[in-house]
Amino acid sequence: MTLTAPPTFRPAGGGPDLTRAALSGRRRLTNHLATAAIWAAVLLAVVPLALVTYTVITRGGGVMSLSFLTEDIPNSYRRDGGGMAPAIVGTLLITGTAALMAIPLGVFGAIYLNEYGKQRPLARLIRLMADVMTGVPSIVMGLFVYLSWVLLVGAQTGFAGALALACLMLPVVIRSSEEMLRLVPEELRQASMALGARKWQTTLTVVLPAAISGITSGSLLAVARAAGETAPIIIVTGIVFSPNWNLFDGSNTALPAQIFRNASQPFDAAQDRAWGAALTLIVIVLGCTVLARLISRRFATKER
Amino acid sequence: MVSDTHLITRPSVTVHAPAAVTTSGAAFADTSVMRLRDVSVHYGNYEAVRRTSMPIQRNQVTAMIGPSGCGKSTVLRTLNRMNDSIPGARVSGDVLFHGQDLYARHVDPTQVRRRIGMVFQKPNPFPKSIYDNVAYGLRINGVKGRLDEHVEAALTQAALWDEVKDKLRTSALALSGGQQQRLCIARTIAVKPEVILMDEPCSALDPIATAKIEELIFELTHDYTIVIVTHNMQQAARVSHHTAFFTAEVDERQERHGRLVEFSPTDQLFTNPADKRTEDYITGRFG
Amino acid sequence: MTLTNPSPAAEVAVRRRGHGALGDRVFSWWTLGTGLLVLAILGLILVTTVREAWPAFDAMGPRFVTERVWDPNPATGDAIFGALSFAYGTAVSSLIALLFAVPVSVGIALFLTELAPRRLRGPAVTVIDLLAAVPSVVFGLWGILVVAPALVPVYQWTHDVFGGVPLLGRLVGPVGSGRTFMTAGLILAIMITPIITSITREVFGTVPRADKDAALALGATRWEMIRGAVLPHSFGGIVGAVMLGLGRAMGETIAVALVIGGATNITANLFAPGNSMAAVIVQQFGESTGTFTAALIGLGVVLFAMTVLINVFARVVVRRAEARMKGGVA
Repeated sequence: MTLTAPPTFRPAGGGPDLTRAALSGRRRLTNHLATAAIWAAVLLAVVPLALVTYTVITRGGGVMSLSFLTEDIPNSYRRDGGGMAPAIVGTLLITGTAALMAIPLGVFGAIYLNEYGKQRPLARLIRLMADVMTGVPSIVMGLFVYLSWVLLVGAQTGFAGALALACLMLPVVIRSSEEMLRLVPEELRQASMALGARKWQTTLTVVLPAAISGITSGSLLAVARAAGETAPIIIVTGIVFSPNWNLFDGSNTALPAQIFRNASQPFDAAQDRAWGAALTLIVIVLGCTVLARLISRRFATKER
Repeated sequence: MVSDTHLITRPSVTVHAPAAVTTSGAAFADTSVMRLRDVSVHYGNYEAVRRTSMPIQRNQVTAMIGPSGCGKSTVLRTLNRMNDSIPGARVSGDVLFHGQDLYARHVDPTQVRRRIGMVFQKPNPFPKSIYDNVAYGLRINGVKGRLDEHVEAALTQAALWDEVKDKLRTSALALSGGQQQRLCIARTIAVKPEVILMDEPCSALDPIATAKIEELIFELTHDYTIVIVTHNMQQAARVSHHTAFFTAEVDERQERHGRLVEFSPTDQLFTNPADKRTEDYITGRFG
Repeated sequence: MTLTNPSPAAEVAVRRRGHGALGDRVFSWWTLGTGLLVLAILGLILVTTVREAWPAFDAMGPRFVTERVWDPNPATGDAIFGALSFAYGTAVSSLIALLFAVPVSVGIALFLTELAPRRLRGPAVTVIDLLAAVPSVVFGLWGILVVAPALVPVYQWTHDVFGGVPLLGRLVGPVGSGRTFMTAGLILAIMITPIITSITREVFGTVPRADKDAALALGATRWEMIRGAVLPHSFGGIVGAVMLGLGRAMGETIAVALVIGGATNITANLFAPGNSMAAVIVQQFGESTGTFTAALIGLGVVLFAMTVLINVFARVVVRRAEARMKGGVA
């Protein structure tokens, strides 16, 4: 069946005028202006995205090479060459460790909210505070980890950075996982219970697997966001110029921190490295984002 | 395994067939596995079901029929404490299983449901493979080893084995509605409960799938006791040995309560009901 | 455990609180514990930061927030830590960001819910998702190396044309570099557009179909339908979304630190450099000691308190709006 627009002929005689011309000019104009404004808003969002993408790809692509990905960072900003290997190692290690801490905790928190707490006052408080926690500035989280961990162990380490990122990821994982658990049909829980399964067995073997793709996708988005966090890394991990694979011993660095430090230098070499690091970071972040989308899309088709 | 052609013709030739089993007339002779004694169910202040008493006979099919809102599903769910998860639901009276009250303080609802399984209105297989669906209850209950045998036995008993034996690892969601419901039955019998509760198990299925399930219910009485809620009187007549007729009553405070009107052997209830309300119901809808 | 049927042991079996009853209790306590972690972290943030910031609060008293001078290493006398100019920078850059981001975000949300042809909806959502995915430091990099230099002639032109107008002229004063309040606000606007858009869109999505149909059935144009049915219903939700955007803008650190110019400055001139609370912390934390460190942490305390208040307010408003729309209880 095809739907066609209402016919635009004028009735021959006497009938009401049903064409657009019957609308007063002012109303028609307002409608057109509003429509144009809305389209303009969309374009206004597209333009900066396109510009950022274009600049990062051209400027970053110019310095991208195997050696950029594998060499140490020069210890002077003005020196040419060198690479970002330590920052890439740091970003992957720190973000990965943060994910290992935050995702399991976040998923269990979500299980509490959706399977146990539901609408109890305590659960509603936790839900609200998780939302609020997503709004806590990352610099504050950096200060918190600095005061409660770095001062405690007496050194800036990669692990401190992972802690800070985990704190930033936790509420995001909780809330997105809870949304996914809520989508699991109640019949599945009942079917499991009717077989004599305990609530914890039902939750771990039926509810969680049913929601796992959604949870994975939401968590990956949280990881992607955390990978781009800069302020806490600068405050709690210090800086290194060659790769440090040990998160618990010695300072570390990460791509965002390197972008920040190099961006504010007047030297071309530093700025080039900043663009290269930005391109690397965006590829990592977009990789996570695209993976998340793919997983959630597969989930959607499997369910229907 | 029964062939399709046989199944299609079955409903027209076997009305009342199981009733022959109960012509002993000893409906209340104590072969009962379960017994309801003065059971009332409240949701908050609202009394959904009032003072119901009836036995559930071993290795027989007990049907519960009645108009919607008469509380038959509520009563069914009291039998394995599935109402526990509904906030505000409260059960008074005794629900006896082998003489002990399922609502006594020391009774663990999980153990109750292990012994008294349930098949739901809408087929609700887990989003896992066919095999894992059937094995689920076994694994939950700590059965180790010989899982394959148990799974095959359950699927065979549920008359599904031949249809799925070559695709045990595929998703259960790919099965047809009728197959999904038989899978849910297989999943239930895999843990070998004594009693199987069925809450309108055919209401989402087409007539052919329904006939298969009815056939299956009859077969299952060799090993299990079955309680089935149905909105379809022909179905109750076809598959059950005893029938309980519920209705909704309006009391002096203008509140509706579910109430058990009559409990009799099925052929008696449908041919010679003792209560006027039963007669009105079955003739009004059955004739 | 073996399964038998029918079980002669059934009578005892249902009595047994078998294995796993303990598991249930342990599991529920464990999940509750992880849930409580959220409250614990928020509480710990407050306690540790206030404790460490205390020396600065103690030394400065209320002047910490009313004093405009920030001088950690004065030639003579005690160090002075007044956060006022940074608070001013935070406020001005955030307000500029809202000014640009709110109309654009509401427009995009309307596009997505009311206007977009089916095949454009997906790409439009992707644009917003990608905008949200770009790390803030990349926007900062782009801001400092591309946007700021490019805006200098624009600022200069604006100053030349409008500089003489009373009142407005004070906002568009003399131009130095491109690193200004205005640039910071513009970059922030891009960064908060996705969050305002997504919340606004959710709120628009809860406007009942019937209300919109009713307006259209009365002969309203699409815009009249939006103004008459969609916007009034969504006002509370939009307010909440704007507050969330404000919270984000105030807390954003890195992009602002790169493009705001790094000057301790209170001026009406939007084309002048300034600084924000979050940016100061990240710029100066590395070389600070003693009371200086405490003062920077004090900025963090103020920031934390303000963002928490704004976020609580915003979430409550959004939730009320959505609950009312769905006809449910709050």
